[in-house]
Amino acid sequence: MLLIILLPLIAAIIVGFWGRRLPRGASHLICCSAVGISMVLSFYLLWRVNQGYRFDDDIYTWLDLGFTRLTIGFLIDPLSVLMMAIVTFISFLVHVYTIGYMKDDKGYARFFAYISFFTFAMLMLVSANNFLQMFFGWEGVGLASYLLIGFWYTRESAIKAGMKAFLMNRVGDFGFIIGISLLFATLKTANFSEIFVRIDELQGLTVSLFPDYELPLITTICVALFFGAMGKSAQMPLHVWLPDSMEGPTPISALIHAATMVTAGIFMVARMSPVFEWSDTVLSLIIIIGATTAVFMAILGLVQNDIKRVIAYSTLSQLGYMTVALGVSAYSIALFHLMTHAFFKALLFLAAGSVIIALHHQQDLRKMGGLRRIMPITYITTLIGAWALIGLPPFAGFFSKEPIIEATKYSTLTGHHYAYIALTIGVFLTACYTFRMIFLAFHGQPRFDVHHDRGYQAPKESPLAVTVPLILLAIPSIFAGFLFIKPMLFGNFFDRSLVVASEHHAMVDLTENWHGIGAYFLHIPSTPAFWLALLGVVVAWFFTLRQPQASAVLIRTFTPLYKFLINHFYFDAFYEKIIARGTVAFSRMSTLVVETMGIEGFLVEMPIKIVRWSASLLRHLQTGYLYHYALAMVLGLLLLITRWGMI
Amino acid sequence: MNAASWMNLSLLIWFPIITGIATYLLRHVANGVISRSVANIAATFMLFAVACLLYSFDTTIAAMQFSQRIPWIPSFGIEYTLGVDGLSVLFIAFNALITFLVIVTRKPNANNAYIAALLVTSGLIYGAFTALDGVLFYVFFETMLIPIYLTIGIWGGVNRKYAATKFFLFTLFGSLFMLLALFYLYGVSGSFSIKDWHILPLNIDAQILLFIGFLLAFAVKTPMWPLHSWAPDAYSEGPTGAIVLLSSTKIGAYAFLRLLLPIAPDAVNQLAPWMIILSLIAVIYFGIIALTQSDLKRLITYSSVAHMGMVTLGFFLLGDVALKGAVILMLSNALAAAALFLCAGALSDRMGSCRIIDYQGIVNVMPWLATLFVFFAMANVALPGTSGFVGELLVIFGAVEYHLGVGLLTATVLVIGAAYTLWLVKRVVFGAIGNSQIAAMKDLNHRERFGMVVLAVVMLVMGIYPQPFLALIDVSVTDLLAHLARTKL
Repeated sequence: MLLIILLPLIAAIIVGFWGRRLPRGASHLICCSAVGISMVLSFYLLWRVNQGYRFDDDIYTWLDLGFTRLTIGFLIDPLSVLMMAIVTFISFLVHVYTIGYMKDDKGYARFFAYISFFTFAMLMLVSANNFLQMFFGWEGVGLASYLLIGFWYTRESAIKAGMKAFLMNRVGDFGFIIGISLLFATLKTANFSEIFVRIDELQGLTVSLFPDYELPLITTICVALFFGAMGKSAQMPLHVWLPDSMEGPTPISALIHAATMVTAGIFMVARMSPVFEWSDTVLSLIIIIGATTAVFMAILGLVQNDIKRVIAYSTLSQLGYMTVALGVSAYSIALFHLMTHAFFKALLFLAAGSVIIALHHQQDLRKMGGLRRIMPITYITTLIGAWALIGLPPFAGFFSKEPIIEATKYSTLTGHHYAYIALTIGVFLTACYTFRMIFLAFHGQPRFDVHHDRGYQAPKESPLAVTVPLILLAIPSIFAGFLFIKPMLFGNFFDRSLVVASEHHAMVDLTENWHGIGAYFLHIPSTPAFWLALLGVVVAWFFTLRQPQASAVLIRTFTPLYKFLINHFYFDAFYEKIIARGTVAFSRMSTLVVETMGIEGFLVEMPIKIVRWSASLLRHLQTGYLYHYALAMVLGLLLLITRWGMI
Repeated sequence: MNAASWMNLSLLIWFPIITGIATYLLRHVANGVISRSVANIAATFMLFAVACLLYSFDTTIAAMQFSQRIPWIPSFGIEYTLGVDGLSVLFIAFNALITFLVIVTRKPNANNAYIAALLVTSGLIYGAFTALDGVLFYVFFETMLIPIYLTIGIWGGVNRKYAATKFFLFTLFGSLFMLLALFYLYGVSGSFSIKDWHILPLNIDAQILLFIGFLLAFAVKTPMWPLHSWAPDAYSEGPTGAIVLLSSTKIGAYAFLRLLLPIAPDAVNQLAPWMIILSLIAVIYFGIIALTQSDLKRLITYSSVAHMGMVTLGFFLLGDVALKGAVILMLSNALAAAALFLCAGALSDRMGSCRIIDYQGIVNVMPWLATLFVFFAMANVALPGTSGFVGELLVIFGAVEYHLGVGLLTATVLVIGAAYTLWLVKRVVFGAIGNSQIAAMKDLNHRERFGMVVLAVVMLVMGIYPQPFLALIDVSVTDLLAHLARTKL
């Protein structure tokens, strides 16, 4: 089991340090086989856990604080092993895909070292049995993400995007660490199982922020923890780093910024379900934030012209769906959607990457078109991914998204009506932007530039290293839904690793209405979501293929609104122009006013001036020699001693 | 006497001083070859000696170990008393490590007199960390300044005279108040033994006066806000070796633990909230100031003093976790500051400038430096797995336990620290090659690489398995806290 986690680390170290001296083949061989073995072992572990195997123990003591020990230890239960299987599976396919995608890049070995390190950190995160180790992984994936977004380090925009991602994540971590500290300060432990057992001790306790202003303790903890999740899982208003992270190479967008790292926040909240269940206030907050993210990010997806950014906004929107599921205490659906989303979103990104390399790093949808004949495998797999994403039966997304919407209907927490409406509109929007992307890229007339000079290669289907992972991801994108819906949602798969309080009965109601797959299919025509999805496809078709000029008319008619959307609701402008520049201006001002004028001018220069001034009276005393000043100080001191008669 | 009675603390102090003087005297003999070898051997021997000290150090007792006691000026009760406990042992070890790295990785054309000054400084630092007599401590605390003052003034940058004078006057000014406090304590107790002072009953007014006297001295040295003004000048003008040694010597903060806290515990308890406010100002204000520094070394200085703000915060939260965290943070900041100053030194040696705008895209020409720089930057922003994380985590734990508001303000360091560090990395390390001078820059040579890699390894070990480090300080910190909880009124 340790091997699963350590193998990618070992590979990362070897390739990271000696990669430049190794032949390229060795780099990918080491990393792929390490992650491959890791994947096989994870699946074996998944099978064992399903048989009832559990593990919860410490490996070594990181710090012994006397009253408690901070440790490195692992918790293997259905929740963590499911995540391990997803992470290693996607990671392995992305490793293989990278062989094809990055084959001409000079940072080949470095890239493999980073993604293997990322895999290690992510596994540490999901398998932790305490907060300390989770935070290790949490920051480790942040580091990997920072390095990988800025992988092409001579690009100004890439470096900036990496920095933005790290800083935004740090804002989230700020909340996360406050949450951890509060739990640690009150329960004196960082171990999950101890926290879960003793969390009820905190009920009714309060914590003061200002004098005479008490906050309920558990709610404060949950808000802080969820703030961390918002940073990692890019929920509004901490979402701005995710679209920019598309500056990184595409395999990274698939692995980190779609399938795994961004779901760490979702995973964390699910892991903490025994804590979150105590606070209805926070669950409502989660619902509202998630629903807002789901619908507003989908709107932004409609106006993007960069193929990767369309998918990025789709990721944000889908993360919103998962967040809503957490809020209505349907943790298992959130994880189920996390899983199916990992498959089809990784698929979509890798397919987009396939298009991008075929077109020589062209990412603009307006310069694509007609690719379905040139790249049939990419086209069909993209189509599968898209169907899964918009939730058309019988693809995977349908089985994970539809229950979320239904769960919001059954929930009784504040905000559930809002969430129901938002998510339903979201389905329509999802279909719109997804098929807008597909129609623009694969249908219609080719709009890409064709050069006729020598050495130019016309777009063609990608090599096997690229297409095989696409096909392997397309399979679960089709089948994972109806195969696993029963055990994961209504069965006993998660066992006791997820806790739901009895008053949060959305999941119970959903189970009561579950009459098997067959009945579920029959009920499709009665769901608004299904028809909205179809309508979305038709609308997308109308605006891109039937009447391409119609969208231009729309843009002209609603110019202010369009500007508002194309600027991402001005979130980026707000952070950059107001927060970042404001801080820098404040820093400059404090340097000038406090450092230079205040401390230098008053504390340092003033005594010198006084000395000079008195020296101008007693000119012979002003010598400029250090030892004279020193002597004066000693004399002054003696004066003080004799005056005060201290001795 | 201890089991390891052969281990002599005087050796630690006087060996580097004597070899330092020898290095100075022999600097012209045989083209300085002898002198250079003496310095190398001395530094290596010290590392070995301190390793032996660590090996035979008993982590289960809080009392002073390897003690030495010789009457010095009997008529005033001044004694030459030395000893090591958990609070000082790691600082001694780090001093040996940093001295070793600074001396063996110096530039081949470094002046032998300069090396001699570094050796002497190192010996005096051992003295300050081991002295248990008030006067002896004061003597080491002060004389340490002289060789550093000289190195800045002679081998420093353009503004070296101003920087050196400012540094000297500031620290001297602070120390005078400490001297006053020491005399007062002698007047009350008739002894200069620090251990006697720890158990000396004092009324609250006397404690508060002592508190202020000590505070002024240590706040200058640490440095704390607003008495830090000497630091950016001294660190940006001084030669690399000297500032690496100076920035990694946490003698000011250590003095809080050795003198201020145990001598005036009631005053500490009473004035702690004010100290917490001062520390928070340091953490946040210095972090924000660091953001827009245009000079590489000044930025690193502000970053280092911001972390020292976290350290003093950890002291005055007066909690078990926070205090342990603060001590570990001092150690890790010693490493981080040393490492970042080494990087800055390597860059300015090549470029002849420390202005950030002169740099861009170092990664293209200096992959080793870029990798290490990013690593040290990550240690500086307290990424888990590096030494910086351990201390910061514990101090934040302690701060939240103390008060949620204090905790929230403390945790802003996560964001502010990341902001100035990553922005620095972005401007210096990444990007396209900025100018022709950068294009011509060579990557780290073996000796520079050796120094930085050793630091990186220590940081990593301390981050991944900090328990052995904590075990060394654990008992003494617990003892200090127990002492603080008892009133001396």
